[in-house]
Parts: sequence; structure tokens; C-alpha cells
Amino acid sequence: MKLSSPIKISYKNLMAAKFRSFLTILGIIIGIASVIIVMAIGASAQQLIIDQVNGMGTNLIGILPGASDEEGPPASVMGVVTTTLKTSDLDAIMIKKNVPNAIAASGYVSGIATAEYKSTSSQSNFQGVSAGFIDVENNKLQAGRFFTNEEDDGVARVAVIGSKKAADLFGSDDPIGKVFSLKDTNFVVIGIFEKKGSSGFSNVDEMIFIPLQTAQKIMLGINYLNFARVKIDSFENMDRAAADIKYTIRMKHNIKTSAGDDFSVRNTAQALEMINKITNVLKYFLAGIAGISLLVGGIGIMNIMLISVNQRIREVGLRKAVGARTRHIIVQFLAESVFITLVGGIIGIIVGILVSFLASVIINYLGYSWQFLVSLSSIIIGTSISVLIGIIFGIYPARKASQISPMEALRYE
Amino acid sequence: MSIPLIKVENLCKTYENEGVETPVLHEMNFEIEKGEFVSIMGPSGSGKSTLMQILGMLDRPSCGTYLFEGKDITKFSDDELAKIRNKKIGFVFQSFNLLPRTSVYENIELPLLYDSDHLEKHNDEKILPALKAVDMEHRATYLSNQLSGGEKQRVAIARALVNEPEIIFADEPTGNLDSKSGLAVMKILQDLNNHGHTIILVTHETYTAQHAKRILQIRDGKIIADVKVEKRLIADGEGELLK
Repeated sequence: MKLSSPIKISYKNLMAAKFRSFLTILGIIIGIASVIIVMAIGASAQQLIIDQVNGMGTNLIGILPGASDEEGPPASVMGVVTTTLKTSDLDAIMIKKNVPNAIAASGYVSGIATAEYKSTSSQSNFQGVSAGFIDVENNKLQAGRFFTNEEDDGVARVAVIGSKKAADLFGSDDPIGKVFSLKDTNFVVIGIFEKKGSSGFSNVDEMIFIPLQTAQKIMLGINYLNFARVKIDSFENMDRAAADIKYTIRMKHNIKTSAGDDFSVRNTAQALEMINKITNVLKYFLAGIAGISLLVGGIGIMNIMLISVNQRIREVGLRKAVGARTRHIIVQFLAESVFITLVGGIIGIIVGILVSFLASVIINYLGYSWQFLVSLSSIIIGTSISVLIGIIFGIYPARKASQISPMEALRYE
Repeated sequence: MSIPLIKVENLCKTYENEGVETPVLHEMNFEIEKGEFVSIMGPSGSGKSTLMQILGMLDRPSCGTYLFEGKDITKFSDDELAKIRNKKIGFVFQSFNLLPRTSVYENIELPLLYDSDHLEKHNDEKILPALKAVDMEHRATYLSNQLSGGEKQRVAIARALVNEPEIIFADEPTGNLDSKSGLAVMKILQDLNNHGHTIILVTHETYTAQHAKRILQIRDGKIIADVKVEKRLIADGEGELLK
């Protein structure tokens, strides 16, 4: 018996009761669409984060205050204030004999304050950074210059601002040389960054950058760093440089073994690997949750197939009377079940793709660089799951149909 | 001497339901030759439908032997019986049993779907002659629910014929038809028999049974008479002719 025969029968049965057929496959449509949407959004979110990290550069080593194991983040990432990392640690790292592969370093502290120029004022994120910041990050100036080590040591009131902040605060005025106040302290604008967008989980365009020590002593009243970054000469030397940095800080902090570390060292590659691991687990976990609705849909399919078998007892009897074997009946009903779930799966995939596309349009409109990512593998997975559900939940009704006695079936009223 | 198409020896059938045994057929013995037109006649509950189901290999006897073309089919598996039904037997039922939402052509095609020796490209070679034999060529694309009762039964006969079976079993074929349609169906069956097909007709009506050439009369599961029809009715489509 050709497979086109049960497929034709399935199509006719589906069309004969369109609304009932739609309700039957609705569970499958929702389930497959959910799986596609979760995997697409998961992939897009994963890519967004990776792009953020890559935007920082791949030859960077991050130093965070507070200890952690190799797999997890330190407490400072979770917002716990840890004061163990100091500017003097950076100075030690930049001594050639301590970390030969380090080419630039910057400490970071951050805060929020009101920035005012003439009649314009706004809440602004500011960051206190070292003079080496311009070499560590991939940020370019469109005008002016960056501050120097001397200005940092001298607690100078100078600032370099992002392009959007420049436009928002100064309007049509050229910001270079202008004085604005930040938390009641006057700063002179000495440089403006080129438009860059979001990177390293912050948006340079909307930020104000001031010398590290000015931020620590004048703006925040602290003597520690939130974190630091060190640029290494090449990717191949990352591991060695990380080891040198750890050794240098341990010497400075009088730490004898790694068990006593009060800091954490991470490189971009490690960060990317951790992000990938976490987001992959999240993605597949959520897809699994979405898949629960497929279980419900499958049970619905089995129910409908059992009803169909009951309604078609005489037909089964007739087919057996004209020569259908047990396997023909099983194949027929199994093919019908798979046809139904495959139709549901295809519609679900289309719905999933459309919703994911709509989501990407909306998120991009909100200002994020969100890619529309629907992988071929998710479509293949969706299709395969549909077929599998059709087989798993169709086998029992198919076997029941095959066991019908033709004699009793033909007598059935 | 040729082997009879059907040979039944000491055939019996007992049904069992929740421990209660109900004997339906008792020690039947008869033979049917190729080309015969036999009517199995009896009142309701006589066992005629049970006998037809056993002869048509839809059921198995409880005792005795059933030789079909000389082979004891009681020893065959379900799949082997299905194969024989597909190639050697055609059924015509009282309630037509056509597939719904399916065309006349596709209904007749049904036995060919399960014939592993048949190729789809040869469909027309088998289906069109069957359609012609029952005068339904003009309705080939019609759906089964678009046909009258008489037309449905003709399609059922065409379906029974399509694989050129040795024998056609007709179970009360005119039971759901008006007299004119019933006459037309009997004419087709007689014409098929005139062309060499073996017909076994099951009926409770003497009038219908008289269209056959031989009557096996059944009562309470036993054959009480096995006679040649003396005054046979010939259906000519308009009225009856007594031969």
C-alpha cells in the first residue's frame, strides 16, 4: 500500500471537519511555536550578550574585587561592596617586570549624578577611569583629547563625554572647552567620544568620563576600585598574563596561596564561555518548559485518533474484508496521526518565526541591536518533534484499529 | 474430476461469550463448484450470515474442515486469509459499505491498494472494466454520497469484481433497495454468473433466492435442503421472466 493513500485519507478527514481538526492540532501549534520562539529569542539574546562582550575587545583581562571559584562570579558582581581592589594594584600591574605582556590598564568606579549646563540638566551616569582607559577600550574620540596621568594624579576637573550626552546637554553649542556641573562640581569638557552604541553592558554615548582619582576623592569619597581591566599584547599570552596579574596582586596584598585571594581575574574568552554555557542551559530549559504543552497536545491527538477509530470501525472491517493486513491498518492510522501533527508542526513553525520576527522589530525599535535569529536546527527540531509526537501518541489507536475483527466490525451499527 | 471450489466437511461454529457457549452451525457438509450460482436461504437467526462469514474467511469454524480450491484454510494465518480474500473473494454487503468522501473510482480501487502484485499504473486496466460491467462509467468521479442506493450497490459489485475474484459473496444485496434497483442488481449478478463468476447469495427471501440456480436451505444451523431451482427467476431489468 502506497503512503500517499493514507495521506489522502488524512487530508480528506481533516477537511471534512475543519474546526474540529483545528482544535485538535492547536496544542501542537502552540507547543511548536513556543519552542521556536524560545530558541529564537534565546539565540538572539545570546548573540546580543556576546556582541557586548566582543565589543570590549578579546585581549582584555578583568579584575574584580572579592574571591570566587573559577566557574562563578564574585560577590561584587551581585552588588556587594568589596573594597579590596586599589589603584596601587594597577600601578604594580603596569610595572613591566611584574606583568610583561600588559600594555595598558584602567581602574573603574561609577556613579550617577545630575549634570547641568545653562538651563539643561539631566541625571547622568558617570565613570571614573584611568588615563589608560583610551588604550584599553575600543573607544575613539571625535573631538578633543583624553585626560592624562598627571590630570588623574592631580584630581583635575576635566571630562570626556559621549556623543549623545554632548548633544543632550549642550545642544548646538560646541562642548569642547565648556564648563558644566556634575553634582555641584564644575568640569571642563576636553573631549567627545565617537558614536559607538552599547558595549560591555554600558552605552558610551550616554556617559560622562572623568579622571579616576577625581571620581574617587571628589565625587564618591572612596579609595577602592569597582573593577579594573588590563589589555594584553596578544591573545596567545592571555593565560600567562592572567597568572602574572594574580601573582602581582597576591604579593601586594600579602596573600600566600590562591585560597586566600581577595580578588578575581577573568578574561574575555572565559566570560564568553560562561555566558554561552549559562544562556544555552537557560535556552534549552525554557524550550523544555515550552515542550510541556506538546505533551498536552499529544494526548489530545491520541484522544481524537481513538474517537476516529471508533467512528470508522465499519471502514476498518471493510478494508480487512478486501484484504488489508494488520500492518496496513497500523500504517494507515499511524500515517494519519503523523500527518495531523506534521501539519500542526509546520503551522507552529510559521507562527513561531512570525512572532520572533515581530519581537525583533519591536526590540530594535526600542534601541537594542537585536538580531532575528531562527536557526535551521530549531526548524528541524520542531519538525522532528511533531513527527515523533504523531508516532508516540498515534501508535496505541493504530494498534487498537488493527485488532478489530472484520466480522464484528461489519456488523457494527 | 475437478476439485470443487468449496468443500465443507462436518463444519460447525460455536460462539463463546463470558463462559456461555452458543452453537450456531452444526455438522455442515456440502460442495460448491466453480461457476455455480448458489443461494444460502434461511430465516433470521438460522446461521446463514455466520456460514457466509466462514466461507468468506472473515471468521473461522470451531470444528470440521473447509477446503478452498483444495486447501484447508483452517490452518492458515490471518495474513494468509487476508491475502486470499484480496485475490480470490469479492464481497457485496446489504449496507453497501462504500468509503465516505471518496469517489466511485477510488472506492473500486480499494482492493487493489492491498494487492502487493498490482502496480498503480495498471489501475485503469482493472477499474474501467469493472465500472463497465455495472454500467457506472459515467459516475466514476462522483463521490459515494452523491449516488442513489442502487448506484451504490453497483459500485460495491464493481469493487467486488475489480481483482477478478474466483467467487463473489453477496449478503442480502437487495435488502436496502427498492424493487427496481433490486432487480437491476440481480440482473448484474446473473450476468456475472453467465460469464463464469461463482456467486453465493445469502438471503432470507424465497423470491430473491429463486434468482440463483441452487438453494441451500438453512434452519437452526443445519442444512435442511440442497435443491436445484426448478422455476428460476431471470431479472431483465424491467420485470421478471420465469425460466
